Amino acid sequence: MTLDFSVVANAWPALLSGVMGTMLLAASGMALAMIIGVLGVAILRAQMRIPSFLVTAFVEIIRNTPFLVQIYFIFFALPLAGIRLNPTITAILALGLNGGAYAIEIIRGGVESISKGQTEAGLALGLHRGEVFRLIVLKPALKAIYPSLSSQFILLTLTTAICTSISAYELTSVGQRIEAETFRSFEVYFTLTMIYLVISLITMWVLAAIGKRAFNYPDR
Amino acid sequence: MGPQELTYLVQGLGWTLILTAMGFLGGIVFGMVVALMRVSSRPWLRYPAIAWIGLFQGTPLLMQLFVAYFGLPLLGFDVPAWAAVGFALTAHASAFLGEIWRGAIQAVPKGQTEAANALGLHSRSRMFDVIVPQAFKLSLPATVGFLVQLLKGTSLAAIVGFIELARAGVIVSNQIYKPLVVFGVVGVMYFAICWPLSLYGRHLERRMAAGVLK
Repeated sequence: MTLDFSVVANAWPALLSGVMGTMLLAASGMALAMIIGVLGVAILRAQMRIPSFLVTAFVEIIRNTPFLVQIYFIFFALPLAGIRLNPTITAILALGLNGGAYAIEIIRGGVESISKGQTEAGLALGLHRGEVFRLIVLKPALKAIYPSLSSQFILLTLTTAICTSISAYELTSVGQRIEAETFRSFEVYFTLTMIYLVISLITMWVLAAIGKRAFNYPDR
Repeated sequence: MGPQELTYLVQGLGWTLILTAMGFLGGIVFGMVVALMRVSSRPWLRYPAIAWIGLFQGTPLLMQLFVAYFGLPLLGFDVPAWAAVGFALTAHASAFLGEIWRGAIQAVPKGQTEAANALGLHSRSRMFDVIVPQAFKLSLPATVGFLVQLLKGTSLAAIVGFIELARAGVIVSNQIYKPLVVFGVVGVMYFAICWPLSLYGRHLERRMAAGVLK
């Protein structure tokens, strides 16, 4: 058994730009997931039959099929619909849709935990429906579910690795290119694993810092 | 898509179920070990379990599959692909189930431990006759949730080249040039298995929440 990590170490510029690619995918995916999550919950709360059904169906389909199948489906469906996107944008779309379904489920749980009296009090004070949702329902709900949302987003960061299957630009696809040139499969993937560990630790730390900043007010 | 292609997909589905069963059963055995180590009062048992859980929760499953697939032969284990994938899924499941069951064990009220002590039970009897049966019940919804997660995760074996459902889908799609139909059918197959499991998990969760209220 001979291990040779030098070929991997020599490829550090490529790996570093791969890390940047992964971070870009993760951050854009999270942003899109957050938008989809809030919109989805807003639609569910409007209690219109058909839009609510569509949102629920979307959540159940995404949560009960593998991301790999979803990303292949989107990758092949878009061109047939006449939309040509590069693989990285397609990957962000897939990550956002996948994360968005989980975000809807999590945020819905938080929103349901806000008592009805809060909404009624807000309306009685003369706030608009939109304002009530944004300030009285959504923000405290997000504070309550922030820990589960964070772990979902770390999962999303790790999921970016699967985007290599459509050759999006990120760490795993960079690693596979290095593997193809050097044939040092184990060394490459072991190094990638360690880099991912660091990335998820950093993500955890950044999300905690954001949470501290965004929800820095007393509960009662 | 003809009956021949459909049969091929169903065969892939069979492998998906076999991989899931391997990972889940192995994960139950080793996850129990991880959970017990994790709640141990001895640091030399607890810290390795913490590191094990952190390692598998902090890295992509895809990397875990790659490292096992290429690493096992380096260690002198010349195993077939299904065994390498099964090994990785088992290790993955042991960390996640270990963490789920740690939470469940710690969620059992402390009075139970104290009562067991007052009755003079041995530490082993206290754990396996008093704590674990109650923790098992508490952990069921999350365990079923993880089973769904694991079943979906087996699709990543496709990327290391193992022919299960997702890989079978890629192969058929390349043959008949109808990616949307093929991946649609593959998605429906996954959904048909995962959705009832998810519903069952939610049912358990609701029943447990109702039990707490009583």
